[in-house]
Amino acid sequence: MRSAIITDIHGNLEALNAVLDDIEEAGVDRIVCLGDIVGYGADPQACVEVISGLVDKGAICIRGNHDDAVAAGVSGMSESAAKAMSWTQGQLDSTARTFLARLPIAEMDGDVLFVHASANDPQSWNYMLDPSDAFASWAATDARLTFCGHTHVPALFHTLSGALYTGKTLTFRPQPDVEVPLAPIRRYLAVIGSVGQPRDGNPSACWGLYDSDKSTLAWMRVPYDIDAAADKIKAAGLPDRLWMRLKAGK
Amino acid sequence: MGPMSLLPGTVLDGFVLEEKIAVGGMGSIWRANHPDWPFPLVLKSPFLGAGADVSTIVGYETEEMILKRVEGKHVPRFVAAGDLRIRPYLVMEFVEGTVLQSMLEDTAKPYAEVVKVGIQVAAALENLHRQGVIHLDLKPGNIILAKRGAVLIDFGLARHERLPDLLGEESDIPMGSAATIAPEQCVGERSRPESDIYALGCILYRMATGDYPHGEPTSVAGQKRRLYSLPQPPRAINAKIPKWLQEIILRCLEIDPDQRYRSAGQLLFDLNHPDQVILTDRAEREGKGGLFRRLGAWMLGRSVKQRPLTRMVPTRRVSAAPLVVVAVDLARGADPLAQEVRLHLRRVLSMEEGARLACLTVLKTKLHGNAPTHDSHGRTMYLSRLVALKDWAQPLELPDDRVSYHVLEALDPASALLDYIRLNQVDHVVMGARGVGALRRHLGSVSSAVVAEAPCSVTVVRLKGAGGAEEGA
Repeated sequence: MRSAIITDIHGNLEALNAVLDDIEEAGVDRIVCLGDIVGYGADPQACVEVISGLVDKGAICIRGNHDDAVAAGVSGMSESAAKAMSWTQGQLDSTARTFLARLPIAEMDGDVLFVHASANDPQSWNYMLDPSDAFASWAATDARLTFCGHTHVPALFHTLSGALYTGKTLTFRPQPDVEVPLAPIRRYLAVIGSVGQPRDGNPSACWGLYDSDKSTLAWMRVPYDIDAAADKIKAAGLPDRLWMRLKAGK
Repeated sequence: MGPMSLLPGTVLDGFVLEEKIAVGGMGSIWRANHPDWPFPLVLKSPFLGAGADVSTIVGYETEEMILKRVEGKHVPRFVAAGDLRIRPYLVMEFVEGTVLQSMLEDTAKPYAEVVKVGIQVAAALENLHRQGVIHLDLKPGNIILAKRGAVLIDFGLARHERLPDLLGEESDIPMGSAATIAPEQCVGERSRPESDIYALGCILYRMATGDYPHGEPTSVAGQKRRLYSLPQPPRAINAKIPKWLQEIILRCLEIDPDQRYRSAGQLLFDLNHPDQVILTDRAEREGKGGLFRRLGAWMLGRSVKQRPLTRMVPTRRVSAAPLVVVAVDLARGADPLAQEVRLHLRRVLSMEEGARLACLTVLKTKLHGNAPTHDSHGRTMYLSRLVALKDWAQPLELPDDRVSYHVLEALDPASALLDYIRLNQVDHVVMGARGVGALRRHLGSVSSAVVAEAPCSVTVVRLKGAGGAEEGA
């Protein structure tokens, strides 16, 4: 089965549409969204409508910390994130708010786990940045393969599993559009890059293509109309940093 | 099912085992066949029972991952792999040929033979590196000299620049073979194609002198000695080795990978063109060197050791340092087209860090012997063209070790250029094209033949507005 994994859309409709076009061209059996549909970008309502339409057609969607903050408030957020969140709250209709509030925190599918941040206490929203973070997440789940987002920086953490376990976790920085083989004797934590606000120095939108039959995962990159998305953020009066970082990709 | 149950006649997923070729600490290797595969096969079966080393499993995983993704005549063709959880095995093409290890004797080989082998292996490395793979365990036992060229086998320690490194990253234990492991591999660095160039240097040294440059130390400390100790110059052991070959070998064996050949293609080029090798103090060395050089080497070893290791492979790392050829027509001197070619060449070189340039010009020969062989100053046409070529390239101000000059004498300029491009595995050709007249369209031009047939990028430079019917080579 081929799955498209998208995450951290952050109200960037231009990026979301470009990614969905790319996914359609690639051909997949299902779409999984790992959360943070809103926050930062200028089209939160439209993005929620697109994703809820996908969920109606069978897509899986997980709740992210920004989706959570719509109802729960902005505690723990950076200044620009908090400003954008107050603005976002005013943009969403009640249907969108209800959709976000009802999203699950994690979902297990066979030996695969989908979560926004970490399997370990998911609502602490821990960032998966280095091997010790991955280790803590693995310790909290039986899943062989965990997909998450939240950091906006693509990464693959892996370790030998079961009797072969050596205590060593390796970190790999995926190259764009390259299929990485996943071995049956390893555990993985795959951090998918962001659709709507990439932070790894590459401003193109990111999505993950997971082929469970071939046992491969690729971090796909898609160019989109960054200027249009940036102009909308400017026009909405949101902090400058939010449109500037779209252009830099970090 | 343990590996002990494998016997001649055993059938594994349709693969019939014939005879055991080798058995070692990692597993056993069998000749095999399969009705669906019309050529002889090799089946590798790793020992994965109780007490098996994790590195055996990871090596097996690595080899499967890499073999599936490389192609061409310099690697064995991948056929099949068994499931790692049930019955792991790897099946690949059996490569007919001579394993280099079996050709080694205790004594030195004639240098011409050393160079011949070096050319074959450098071509194979160039091809492998171009596919984004570093072998990291190049040694005579892993090189088969076949009719189709050198074939590299055993990718258990290899690294693919775009895929996870399953072996290295956090290891500080040398992984490689004692005789040929590169200094940087001894401190866990696994992202440098220059490590393979070092290993090839060790092999050439072994063939040319009868010994490996640092022996075959069994201890980690013994292997790490190459981080600060320079080898005996080859000519001090075998005086028949020419200086240019010592220069090539010692350049491969530099402790700092940045001081070695920047690509296997550049090494291949020097092996193919002894007369173009720039001799430095490496060619002149007679002993281990004075205190200063030894001290310098020791300091350098420390810096290699202390340098933060690059965990991530930057993109295009492996295919860096290309060989660029410029073909310039100087039959009419440095005319406007030749100047325009130089301008474009400068742009190409400015974007290719570490590129090496070969300047070519073709001296057309005639079948009948009535062509002038000397110019008005009495110099041979060959020499005068060479002088003109160097003069043309002078404004580029390239250091001697990055540029070479070649006057090709040929009846057919296009096929002479194409032969050169293929032999030296050139990456990029820059050349001029004259107008687009009717006669040219009818006869075809040198540049169009090169564009059509060269196995690399070709930049064709034309003077803006040159649309006349002028014809020339």
